Amino acid sequence: MTQFLALIRRDVALAFRADGGALQAASFFALIIILFALAIGPDLKLMSAIAAPVLWTGGLLATQISLEQIYRPDKEDGSLDMLVETNGALAGVAVAKALAHWLSTGLLLIAATPLLAFLLNIELTALGPLMLALLVGTPGLSLIGSFASALTASLPRAGLLIAIIVSPLYAPFLIFGAGAAAAGAAGDAQFLPNLMLLGAASLFAAAVSPLASAAALRFNLD
Amino acid sequence: MPAPQLSASTLTDMANTLSKSIYAYANPAVFEPVAERIFRLAFIAALVFAGFGLYFGLLNSPADYQQGDTVRIMYVHVPAAWMALFCYSAMAASSAAGFIWKHPLADVAAKETAPIGAAFTFLALFTGSIWGKPMWGAWWAWDARLTSVLILFFLYLGYMALWRAVADKTRAARLAAILAIVGFVNVPIIKFSVDWWNSLHQPASVLRADGPTIHPAMLTPLFLMIGAYMCAYIAMLMASMRNELAARRIARLEAEDHAKPANLVET
Amino acid sequence: MAFSVTLSADSLDLDRGGRRIVAGASLRLGPGEAILLRGPNGAGKTTLLRALAGLLAPAAGTVEVEGASQETACAFCGVKNVSKASLTVDENMRFWSALYRTAPERIDFARKTFALEPFSSRRAGELSTGYARRLGLARLAISARPIWLIDEPVAGLDAPSAQMFEALIANHRAQGGAAVIATHDPVDAPNVKTMEMRAS
Repeated sequence: MTQFLALIRRDVALAFRADGGALQAASFFALIIILFALAIGPDLKLMSAIAAPVLWTGGLLATQISLEQIYRPDKEDGSLDMLVETNGALAGVAVAKALAHWLSTGLLLIAATPLLAFLLNIELTALGPLMLALLVGTPGLSLIGSFASALTASLPRAGLLIAIIVSPLYAPFLIFGAGAAAAGAAGDAQFLPNLMLLGAASLFAAAVSPLASAAALRFNLD
Repeated sequence: MPAPQLSASTLTDMANTLSKSIYAYANPAVFEPVAERIFRLAFIAALVFAGFGLYFGLLNSPADYQQGDTVRIMYVHVPAAWMALFCYSAMAASSAAGFIWKHPLADVAAKETAPIGAAFTFLALFTGSIWGKPMWGAWWAWDARLTSVLILFFLYLGYMALWRAVADKTRAARLAAILAIVGFVNVPIIKFSVDWWNSLHQPASVLRADGPTIHPAMLTPLFLMIGAYMCAYIAMLMASMRNELAARRIARLEAEDHAKPANLVET
Repeated sequence: MAFSVTLSADSLDLDRGGRRIVAGASLRLGPGEAILLRGPNGAGKTTLLRALAGLLAPAAGTVEVEGASQETACAFCGVKNVSKASLTVDENMRFWSALYRTAPERIDFARKTFALEPFSSRRAGELSTGYARRLGLARLAISARPIWLIDEPVAGLDAPSAQMFEALIANHRAQGGAAVIATHDPVDAPNVKTMEMRAS
């Protein structure tokens, strides 16, 4: 448990240090939203209609650019060997890594969401469901993303490959997440089913990703 | 009289013999002639099936009462969509076999299935789009089935990209196998989510190859075409597996010149 | 603390990138012993160390540990320094200590061994190459594991730094610890066995 917590604490600390990815991911998230707005034009009505899907897509893309940082640095500087050597179960390491990614990047993106949502002229009543959906869905994004990162840990430049691997697997999260946000904003009864399915997708990712990541790391040791 | 018993040692012997006979096929000298024969058989069968299938499908089957002759695209589209899913399943299955038993032929089969599966997937998307034009008045109307197949196409691409990116082929095989298995367990989730998404946004699909709307006379050419696609897959798989094994043999021969394993001696 | 752990490797065949790198390597390392592993570049020294550490599964042969659990017997110290550039020297060492589940005194010991006290709150990325290597080697002192598998420990180190490392090894062996050290450099250690990796 001390190892588990120490790993989380270190990864979160690293994510916020100068060369860490969390703040960059959040800035990129904001920029995606701004670029979207520039592409649409200042049509407030249209913006508020597409705010939730745009924020979900933006959050997803911003998550993707931070994924490479989960395992590759540890592989490059030899930390991965030490993690293997000191942990009987690599799946535990994988859980800690995914959790640390969510605590740094995922939570930060959620924290940035209200501000960006208001830039997109979102209705106040629509914000709650959107935030709730992000809270339920982003852990799944971190879990699946950390798997792709584990898979490509020994590749020097894997950013694009990770995006290609992860995007199809993210489709259900986008569908249920944006679906929940839209239904919640409209006061539609579909809000809860969407949210439950999103939670189920995250839980499924929690069941599959640590084991798959552990297996991938074993083959990426050298 | 005591019942005949299988002792543990006989079981081990049997398992050894079995795994030896499977492993024998990893030996190119053994696999090569077998693959050659399967290739020829499958190739001829594919031509025969396709010949009859196209004859019945295009000339000797009823037109749909709503779609008219357009429905004949079904005979190239539906088998392709079916093969798209079949190939991904076959890829995941041989990946699992390669992962568990470390059998090189299983890895090669998984690797070589991917581009064939992706080609079938592309064919399904292409013919689906052509079929969709007269139906919906648009080349692409985000039909639930086609959208799932589109995502499947990118699952194939990710798998192939991983194989290409990892230089060490033994490592690539293991990693790609893990990805194939993870992708496979996610396919039903993706399919379900896309159906869910589609039912929220759009009326039900027009592309129906199943259910009561299909005329029995359409089934004959459909099954013939499925047979043709299947045999074509087997033929292409055998051909590309032989290529891959030959390429690996060349690489191994080249490497052997300057590769001598080291031993440890006390000085 | 006194260790009494024996590591033995028997007829190891090791593959890397689908090629056989090492064939039929055997060795035995008892408490207090040290082996200097010699051999030209590419002979498979690192591969052998990784296999002994359990980081690489041998294609054939066995690695066995007597006197301790296999999982916690070995500490591998590769050529990479493991430290994170944006963490301070102390933060790095505290993290390693948490991973190896060792007491904080080990950090003090490691700091003293490699004279890292003045740099405690310096970021690891700001250290010179030599000091960065000292920090990298300090993980051995923190690990408190009986068997150390060390790859090129003193390459590029100046004489005082190399002496610190030699002192650490002497101290470790005095407590019953053992080490395999792959190196091209002369390492001053008493009663050391030298083994060479040769293409057969």
